Amino acid sequence: MADLTRDDVAHLAGLARIDLSDAELDRMVGELGVILEAVATVQQAPIADVEPMSHPMPIVNVTRPDVVRPSLTPEEALAGAPEAEQQRFSVPRILDEE
Amino acid sequence: MTTDLTRATAAELADLLGAGATSSREVTQALLDRTAAVDGAVHSYLHVDADGALAAADDIDRRRAAGESLHALAGVPIAVKDVLTTRGLPTTCGSRILEGWVPPYDATLVTRLRAAGLPILGKTNMDEFAMGSSTEHSAYGPSRNPWDLERIPGGSGGGSSSVVASFQAPLAIGTDTGGSIRQPAAVTGTVGCKPTYGGVSRYGLVALASSLDQAGPCSRTVLDSALLHEVIGGHDPMDSTSIDAPVPPVVEAARRADVAGMRIGIVKELTGEGFQAGVQARFDEAVQHLVDAGAEVVEVSCPSFTYALAAYYLILPSEASSNLAKFDAMRYGLRVAPDGVDAPSAEQVMAATRDAGFGDEVKRRIILGTYALSSGYYDAYYGSAQKVRRLIADDFAKAFESADVLVSPTAPTTAFRLGDKLDDPMAMYLNDIATIPANLAGIPGLSVPSGLADEDGLPAGFQVLAPAMADDRLYSVGAALEARLTAVWGGPILGRAPELTEVSR
Amino acid sequence: MTTTTAEPTLSFDDALAAYDPAMGLEVHVELGTNTKMFCGCPTEFGAEPNTQVCPVCLGLPGALPVVNEVAVESAIRIGLALNCSIAPWCRFARKNYFYPDMPKNFQTSQYDEPIAVDGYLDVELEDGSTYRVEIERAHMEEDTGKSLHVGGSTGRIHGATHSLVDYNRAGIPLIEIVTKPILGTRERAPEVAKAYVATLRDLLKALEVSDVKMEQGSMRCDVNLSLSPAGAGTLGTRTETKNVNSLRSVERAVRYEVGRHAAILAGGGSITQETRHWHEDTGITTSGRVKSDAEDYRYFPEPDLVPVAPSEEAIEALRATLPEPPAERRKRLQAEWGYGDLEMRDVMNAGLVDLIGATVAAGASPTAARKWWSGEIARRANGEGVDVPTYASRLGVTPAHVVELEGLVTAGRLNDSMARQAWEGVLDGEGTPTEVADARGLELVQDTGALEAAVDAVIAGNPDVADKIRDGKVQAVGALIGQVMREMKGQADAAAARQLILARLGQS
Repeated sequence: MADLTRDDVAHLAGLARIDLSDAELDRMVGELGVILEAVATVQQAPIADVEPMSHPMPIVNVTRPDVVRPSLTPEEALAGAPEAEQQRFSVPRILDEE
Repeated sequence: MTTDLTRATAAELADLLGAGATSSREVTQALLDRTAAVDGAVHSYLHVDADGALAAADDIDRRRAAGESLHALAGVPIAVKDVLTTRGLPTTCGSRILEGWVPPYDATLVTRLRAAGLPILGKTNMDEFAMGSSTEHSAYGPSRNPWDLERIPGGSGGGSSSVVASFQAPLAIGTDTGGSIRQPAAVTGTVGCKPTYGGVSRYGLVALASSLDQAGPCSRTVLDSALLHEVIGGHDPMDSTSIDAPVPPVVEAARRADVAGMRIGIVKELTGEGFQAGVQARFDEAVQHLVDAGAEVVEVSCPSFTYALAAYYLILPSEASSNLAKFDAMRYGLRVAPDGVDAPSAEQVMAATRDAGFGDEVKRRIILGTYALSSGYYDAYYGSAQKVRRLIADDFAKAFESADVLVSPTAPTTAFRLGDKLDDPMAMYLNDIATIPANLAGIPGLSVPSGLADEDGLPAGFQVLAPAMADDRLYSVGAALEARLTAVWGGPILGRAPELTEVSR
Repeated sequence: MTTTTAEPTLSFDDALAAYDPAMGLEVHVELGTNTKMFCGCPTEFGAEPNTQVCPVCLGLPGALPVVNEVAVESAIRIGLALNCSIAPWCRFARKNYFYPDMPKNFQTSQYDEPIAVDGYLDVELEDGSTYRVEIERAHMEEDTGKSLHVGGSTGRIHGATHSLVDYNRAGIPLIEIVTKPILGTRERAPEVAKAYVATLRDLLKALEVSDVKMEQGSMRCDVNLSLSPAGAGTLGTRTETKNVNSLRSVERAVRYEVGRHAAILAGGGSITQETRHWHEDTGITTSGRVKSDAEDYRYFPEPDLVPVAPSEEAIEALRATLPEPPAERRKRLQAEWGYGDLEMRDVMNAGLVDLIGATVAAGASPTAARKWWSGEIARRANGEGVDVPTYASRLGVTPAHVVELEGLVTAGRLNDSMARQAWEGVLDGEGTPTEVADARGLELVQDTGALEAAVDAVIAGNPDVADKIRDGKVQAVGALIGQVMREMKGQADAAAARQLILARLGQS
């Protein structure tokens, strides 16, 4: 396993949309290195041919009927919005269409 | 009225209320007064809702007077961890990024509390988004341990443990992703239970790690936890992972406190080395008490537990990195513009807000989880961790073939000093070594006080684990041990805690 | 950065002389369920902004998803109709990326465990041949909200100062249907692409899982296209043209990208793997986002939803609900109704198949059904800008009316021209065909005395013609019938008049 570099952490912070300061980046490289070394031990466990477990309980097929439930009012929906306009959430300009 | 209403258990208060010996307003007011007196020192609460609690208390008193048939706990006040949504009450999760957010809806368990008539006193402090073992990662300052105000009350639910330990509430709701109900209970001399995953609805529980999180009761006695467990448990169609089965008979188990013939398995990997001598000594005595009460002791081995901490600190950050993506300054919560940027884009505002709004531990785990899920590393990290998770579940299944319950010390040490482990994330993570396996496997666990460690006179916890949906066994064992130890101590363990000097909020 | 000018293109023929196109089509279909994919909010199109939202689809902290059972059933039925295998066990996955119109900043989708895999759809081309489009997968996911860009010159994202987001659409169930590479189509690539989308649309409509309105965005198409040197058998670098939202545009977008790729490759350049935006108005594509390493969706199984594990029985029960495939149904009905190819196509294009089917089922002849539903009523419907079924239901005109009308003709009460008048009356809202006929006094004269008198008068008035007929020129009878009908003011049975004339003139 390659060690995490400062560039790696900066790239990850970009993916996670966190604008880390230089000082934070420096500190985090070291801390994450220690943690990663510890968590990488999962690879030493006898896990060949083991089925990964994503859910703790073996429950399947949970659905709900296609029946309308009350929505929030627009006032409730927008109550927490940092900014709102025309009954919509106002957000800063968006760089490009997804 | 000679009873100190703040010291009474929930069960006692229920009896007093039922008998008309007190009113919910009287109880609620007494607890609010206690909070006014001591919470400046303990800092259990992020938000106290005196008006709402008293209004709910009055409503119950009125309904009781009108002869309405009420839930047994109706009128008994409760504190709720700030990670659960409460309509009209701020919900911050201990984070700046949610400062001032007032949810437009109640968590399902909050709905059930309100329906049963429990006045909600306020929202308790926690490590930011439940990441931590000390509440030192709360953006609003740590809570303190009533046994020693210089020490941690455990975490992430240190607000809920300290609020019951300092007699500000008889009951509280906690949430447990890797021990956040049980470890705080252990270090504050209180009781806490993490139910079977899916036993209590997660709807309205702000997710840390969806496949690990579980809400549960915090209290000063085993019976009180059982009574609360029964109120909040049971199927919820709003949570796809909720188990569609009746709540196990926890109250009955707590009342019977019967362990005769029960096989108690001591997990080899969760005792001995790494556990503080006084913690281990109280654990050994507790096991002997259970044997005296008719239980049989077996030793079991769960070899995969060696990898549990590593698997947990991959699965949790991975899920958390995704769960916490929604905090982006667009729809609710904090919005921060980046410095020195004219007309910043949405993308820049998101990144600036998430840097300003999240604390160090949250950022650390988000970055770690982002890495563990990223293309090229998924199999090595997240994938491997999920396989270890299976091994751990298999180890439990095997252990439960020879034991009805498993036991261990809840936490390796008693409460450490504030600041001691703040700069060493790995040392902080090790607090959860004994509690994490239950979350990975989804099985229930309970912590009950085992006594005070000789070296520091601080409380230690005894952990009981049971197979999924056998939560009642936790209460049988917990109640049996509590009864014997209380007799030995000559009263509740919290009776030996120092009196808090009054420091108002 | 977005450019709005067209890039150089090679003519389609020149492009094909040098290159082979390969296509991949990704179609997103909004299901027509009552509620969203993971919550109980309604899905009405065009509702006031943020009126169909709740904690779940707004991504509020603490909210949890629960799967809509009808959406899963629809997904399975779509998979079965596309001849796919249905996964006996599959999970949802989170696709993580940040975008303001996506409330949770991850899309709940399916990744390596889609509900349906490995199918095909046979597509009929103009010349009657069939092309089999192989289906890679169909999976369930959720739609995003919609942004309104403010402050720019044209409402476009570029140059806007801020955006306003409405989350009504967020969480509406989507099925994404992805083809395997469509190869070897050469000059028919645009036609195959269009025919595939059209056939898929008809199939989804027949399944009644979506209203498949491309203009409202309930069916959206992304076109992946690459070129490789003719005959090389390799795959080139592809571009993904997003949101091509009409059948005609699918065809045009393929044609345009073929020419654009070819111009770049012919000039010695290389194709950038990127997203392209389709411009309906100008018929060109422009560069969108470059696909880079930064695009790392960090998929992982959705822990808040449990696996979907349909039993064999459940799958078979859903298979039993599948309608006859539209292409097969069309062939069968054409044979049953005895329509020619052209007649059948007209009926298809006019959307009359179901109406004619119902009319025939109610007792009318296929010929009468086609005749009455495609004549005057089609003209009027067209004038109103709606299709005949919509117009008919608006007027309250039903198959029973056609059956009744045909009955009046067969019974000899009305002749053809009277029947047309009666039908107009029905369309004018004057009642049933019988009521109209009664009210307007439409009735063939059954009084043979009156007819005989008219015939005799006409024969007397046209001795020359009468002689011709007597001499055996029977075809001349038409002129006399016309006069008799005029004499009778149209209220006569032309066949009876003919018979009587011929009898009088010794020709029967």
